[in-house]
Amino acid sequence: MKDWRYWLSEQQGTLTAIGIFVVMFVIYATNHPAGFSVNMVQTAANKAVLLAFVAMAQALVVITAGIDLSVGMMLTLTNCLASWIVVGSAAETALGVVGVLATGLACGAINGAVVIFGRLQPIVTTIATGAMFYGAALFLRPNPGGSVNETLADALTGRLFGFLPASLVVLTLVVLVIWVPYSRSVLGRAAYATGSAETAAYMSGVPIQRAKFAAYTLAGLLSSIGGLFLTFFSYTGEAAYASGNAYTLFSIAAVVLGGVSLMGGRGSAVGAIFGALAFRTIGDLLFVFDFDPLWQPLFQGVVLMLAVSIGAFGLFQVRNRLEWFG
Amino acid sequence: MSDATAPRLVIRIPAFLRRLDPAVATAFGCIVLLLLLGSLYSRSFLSPEYLLQQLKVASFLGVIATGMMLVILLGQIDLSVPWVVTTGAMMACAAAGHGAPGLWISIPFGVLCGVAIGVVNGLGVAYLRIPSMIITLATNAVAQGLMVVYTGGFSPQDEASRAMRYLATGSVIPGIPNAVLAWAVIGVLAVWILKRTTFGRAVYSIGNRERAAYLSGINTRLVTMLAFAASGGLAAFGGVLLAGYASKAAQSMGDAYLLPSIAAVVLGGTHILGGRGSYLGTIAGVILITLLQSILSVMQITEAGRQLIYGAVIILMLLLYGREKAA
Repeated sequence: MKDWRYWLSEQQGTLTAIGIFVVMFVIYATNHPAGFSVNMVQTAANKAVLLAFVAMAQALVVITAGIDLSVGMMLTLTNCLASWIVVGSAAETALGVVGVLATGLACGAINGAVVIFGRLQPIVTTIATGAMFYGAALFLRPNPGGSVNETLADALTGRLFGFLPASLVVLTLVVLVIWVPYSRSVLGRAAYATGSAETAAYMSGVPIQRAKFAAYTLAGLLSSIGGLFLTFFSYTGEAAYASGNAYTLFSIAAVVLGGVSLMGGRGSAVGAIFGALAFRTIGDLLFVFDFDPLWQPLFQGVVLMLAVSIGAFGLFQVRNRLEWFG
Repeated sequence: MSDATAPRLVIRIPAFLRRLDPAVATAFGCIVLLLLLGSLYSRSFLSPEYLLQQLKVASFLGVIATGMMLVILLGQIDLSVPWVVTTGAMMACAAAGHGAPGLWISIPFGVLCGVAIGVVNGLGVAYLRIPSMIITLATNAVAQGLMVVYTGGFSPQDEASRAMRYLATGSVIPGIPNAVLAWAVIGVLAVWILKRTTFGRAVYSIGNRERAAYLSGINTRLVTMLAFAASGGLAAFGGVLLAGYASKAAQSMGDAYLLPSIAAVVLGGTHILGGRGSYLGTIAGVILITLLQSILSVMQITEAGRQLIYGAVIILMLLLYGREKAA
């Protein structure tokens, strides 16, 4: 195989996700009652960016063949925290942002430590830590409320130079600052190696534990960025159980749509971002075509189900039935 | 020489204790500990009425955890529990709202709806080979979507039928709530199926090594699908009982049962990767979780504190004996 073929097969999932997103967005934009405008793009971007951060977080963990069912609750927790501490003067706000991000890192580190050093299954661990994060969120905000530095919030949810949604710029920056260096570092490559064949990775001297720990911790950080943005949009903090769970669920849907293999070792956070954008656009298509919003959860569920069933087509190519059992 | 004649130091352990899984023993030990802690806090904690009340509350979780155990024994997981519970409850209440025939079929109808969702899970896992964690999350979302469309996003107006209420709150045998009896019947059936039928042995063997089970002629896909269908049906039956207990269904009534049902099974010593575990352990796990929840609420800790302690305790207990072998 030529070099570009390897590249293509590695990026296949990401490219497909970009394709799905572009098609969906064109359908969305051309049928939008207000037409294609800067405002429409800004609104759509702001809604999708939240999910994109959580999806990135999920992707990092899924690449190591794990799963993090607490990403939604980390988002909820950091949202509640941000509604307390991201206020006041510029310096106070900056400290607050740092505090929120540090909390996210700490939550992710707890997940990582329990999964790796406690040797517990990621599913059970993250459901249980998710309950703890939700408890902490509820402790911070028994009732919805709080406030946020509105200057910062408006700046980050507004537009740059009059046409560029600031939230998309932040998303791009996060990709450039976190994902690109990470995926090119030893830890990033180790995450892929661990995800595709843990034993082989171990025998080649890959730092498996550090790679997994880094993935869970960074997932916490990315979820907390999502939590910050949720606060910037809503100006409040709310410990909402249902919405936290929904973010976890949608993050998995976004990861699958984004071509990240749930078996680990394949895909990229960029794919997951486009998966998130596509998933949000699909959900919003209903509004454009004037359906009752009540149908949205069902529609999103069906999309998720179809998305996860797509992977099953590989079964028809199996030559030996024993390959079913992996 | 002296080896043979010297009296060997053997601590005589009764046979039934030697066969006892350390995890199950730990779980029962924790139950005793919780009871002691509770009795320090309040006198009434050890009264028969209170304990029976706890057993009644535990039976809802017990029914749901039975299904979860079947699936976990296979090495899979069922994350669709929250909305299957809710679907079962809502559909049973909805059937009860349709006059006399509806009253009769309300309970089977609710359970059948759960079985239907379970079959979809099973088809996805067994025949399409989708990871169970993912497909069950997806069916959970679809079930939620269906229920939101059905109810319009509000709590439904339908009331539970009299049979449902009787099943959950009445008592055929004086002193023993029907819900506990229902759990006992399901428990005995589960033990019989797991220990004495080909299906049950197949479940264990698939959990140990699916490839080997397949090669020894077990129809692994059918067994997997049936286990998921049973899990769905049992979760829905749990929902029916809950609806009978509260006399109506509510939107998020199932949310509180996902983590407890998994935790009960795993704390009871069933291996999360499948193939090992006993129903006795699950019973211990269910009672343990119920007592823990009850003590936390008796001590008047806020919801926030309860969630925190609850998650932490589950992780700590799992760290005690739920760990995987070191690689």
